[in-house]
Amino acid sequence: MGLKTFPGGIHPHDNKAFSKDKKIEPMPLPKKIVIPLSQHIGAPAKPVVKIGDEVLAGQKIADAGGFVSIPMHSSISGKVAKLAQFNHPTGALVQGIEITGDGEDKWVELVDESNFMELSAKDMKERIAEAGVCGMGGAGFPTHVKLSPPEGKTIDTIILNGVECEPYLTADYRIMLEQAEDILTGLKILMKIVNAKKGVVGIEANKPDAIKLFKNLLKNEKNISVVGLHLKYPQGAEKQLIYAATKRKVPNKGGLPMDVNVVVQNVGTAIAVFEAVRYKKPLVDRVITISGKIVKNPKNIKARIGTYYSDLLEYCGGTTEDISKVISGGPMMGFAIPSLETPMTKGSSGLLLFNKKEAHKDSEDVCLRCARCVDICPMNIIPSFIAHHVRNDDWDSAEKSGVMDCIKCGSCAYVCPSHIKLIQWIDIGKIKVSEKNRSK
Amino acid sequence: MNDVFAVSAAPHIKQKISVNSVMWQVVLALTPALLVGIFFFGIQSLFLTIYAVAAAVFTEALIQKFRKVPITVNDGSAVVTGILIAFNINSSSPWWLPVLGSIFAIAVGKQIFGGLGFNIFNPALLGRAFMMASWPTLMTAGWKFTTPMNNLFQSSINGLRNLPSNVPDVVTSATPLGVVKALRDTTQISSDMANTVMDNLTGMNTLQDLFWGNIGGVIGEVSAAALLIGAAYLAWKHIIEWRIPVSYIGTVFVLIYMFGGINGMFSASIMLPIFHILSGGLILGAFFMATDMVTSPVTKKGRLIFGMGCGILTVVIRLIGGYPEGVSYSILLMNIAVPLIDRYTIPKPFGEVKK
Repeated sequence: MGLKTFPGGIHPHDNKAFSKDKKIEPMPLPKKIVIPLSQHIGAPAKPVVKIGDEVLAGQKIADAGGFVSIPMHSSISGKVAKLAQFNHPTGALVQGIEITGDGEDKWVELVDESNFMELSAKDMKERIAEAGVCGMGGAGFPTHVKLSPPEGKTIDTIILNGVECEPYLTADYRIMLEQAEDILTGLKILMKIVNAKKGVVGIEANKPDAIKLFKNLLKNEKNISVVGLHLKYPQGAEKQLIYAATKRKVPNKGGLPMDVNVVVQNVGTAIAVFEAVRYKKPLVDRVITISGKIVKNPKNIKARIGTYYSDLLEYCGGTTEDISKVISGGPMMGFAIPSLETPMTKGSSGLLLFNKKEAHKDSEDVCLRCARCVDICPMNIIPSFIAHHVRNDDWDSAEKSGVMDCIKCGSCAYVCPSHIKLIQWIDIGKIKVSEKNRSK
Repeated sequence: MNDVFAVSAAPHIKQKISVNSVMWQVVLALTPALLVGIFFFGIQSLFLTIYAVAAAVFTEALIQKFRKVPITVNDGSAVVTGILIAFNINSSSPWWLPVLGSIFAIAVGKQIFGGLGFNIFNPALLGRAFMMASWPTLMTAGWKFTTPMNNLFQSSINGLRNLPSNVPDVVTSATPLGVVKALRDTTQISSDMANTVMDNLTGMNTLQDLFWGNIGGVIGEVSAAALLIGAAYLAWKHIIEWRIPVSYIGTVFVLIYMFGGINGMFSASIMLPIFHILSGGLILGAFFMATDMVTSPVTKKGRLIFGMGCGILTVVIRLIGGYPEGVSYSILLMNIAVPLIDRYTIPKPFGEVKK
């Protein structure tokens, strides 16, 4: 069917069979939740509640900390119990608000405007910002900011990312099958806001039923199309997806999709956008995949933001073996976290549990210069050289070798026969190079 | 529940591949050629290979012990070097020749630089150069022919045996490439005769024998088919990549077609480049030695340049230089240029802004 793709990439086993046929299940209300004030890229949100306050589900508990920021809402009704540092899915400790649930699920008042498509672009964007919507694919860039291109930049195409190229994850796949209409309405809202003439839904070839479903729904739509994409990782990376769908290359050294007149949004984000604009519903829940060989019942769960990973796992019946590694997100780019006592955030797409064998630790061998990392790098840089420069504290050479262009997809480390922790070295390089450039 | 789970940087899944698996797969890929060598030249070939491998492994272990670094002989890289050393000698060589070759290859070619991953030259090729410089007659004379030897080739050589005594090399180095070299260099035979011999050599029969291995030569180079089976396996497993072999062999093809004929430019038949590709060490060199990951460029463009450089040097040596064969010296010379090639061929990142 004329599949499209990008240069480079790898073919890891997709391991989606554990959960891909599991319908989305709503998770029973958790007893307590933690809303981290940083779930997005940008300034942390500022709390507007104090300990002891009663809150409703959907009630704002923290204001956006600036333009590039989002507000936070309570996802259950109950009482503010704590303002403190909590575990965060990125592995860090982050300021958050703990809420003890009252078990009643009392909501703030929502609306239902059937003529919501007639709202002005400005009003739509305001509702999205007010609902605290950010990218739900992982990075968590505030959605209203993405929809506000600076003067002089125009957007002609919105691409919805339904690629889900990370192994194991099936949350996006399930919402595409079960909420396709909402996704398309969300896409139309996004197109209206930035006045884009074209909409594209990118879906990887391993989800043929989703591709078929969208093709059917879009039969009579002139401006929106489905693009089938080769099964290859990292097909869902923003720059790679844009190239596959439009042949446009986002400029390196800090270029943004809007530089090539494109905005990319995750399919989950499109649903959040739809719900924000039509119902004024804040982003307080999302679908997350709980999977892994050792999970008793792998599931796709619709859960409230702030639900502890331990509660999610318990709902899946726990594990059949001892857990050695817990991954928040996908296995290629997700974070290994030390504790299950960690709340899920707006960007939590998956929770993976690995046993001892799957969590294998390899020691680094010397680089053989085999260039397998060079052959597959989707950004066309030389990961092994960057790692070498970083090891030698040679930040100038690391920068010249393109350390800042790396999208950290992890393909290089995946194929390295010497098990060199390339992403770890590159991460250090990124930090050191930006420090160096700031101090200039 | 306050379990502390393993944390590490992403990615959390990994392809099943290691240094050991890469090297042992190279060993596996060399096996068909070794079996063909044993088939054509007898069990002596196997013994020589065992001596070479044992010497390589022992030398590596000894030096690593002496250097107080972990002993890594089970990674298979010394085994590869040993096999390649044996592949470069002929089956009637004395036992000490591959042993000394392997010791030199590992000690001077590899461990002096710091071991696997740090060596500049392909160790096996350095070992071959050492043997070539030290015992040239052992390395070039005493070819054993496979039987039944191709009649046309035999008659070509017999024809040359009757030549005046100032071209004696023809007989002692009676490999196909040696004969071609002699034809180009000698003025003692009539051009008619030279043309006949050339036609015989580049005829379908000789080419077929070169391909399947029915021809004289060193242990490992005898059958292009057996080497290609191994190379195809490595390519399938993404252990070698097409750029170096294709640019190397392609360059040889073009240059030999242009300059290889004995009657001036473009006088060669299209079969002559094929003859040159199938003879000597080109297939072994292009697929197993030039592609040595440690000593070849990392960049994609660099690999093309490296292969072309090897091709140009090989043709220059074969047509103009003093040896009938130039594969190993070409690769060694290009090994020196690898850091330079890499430096000037760093690719532009995806999305590089045009200035």
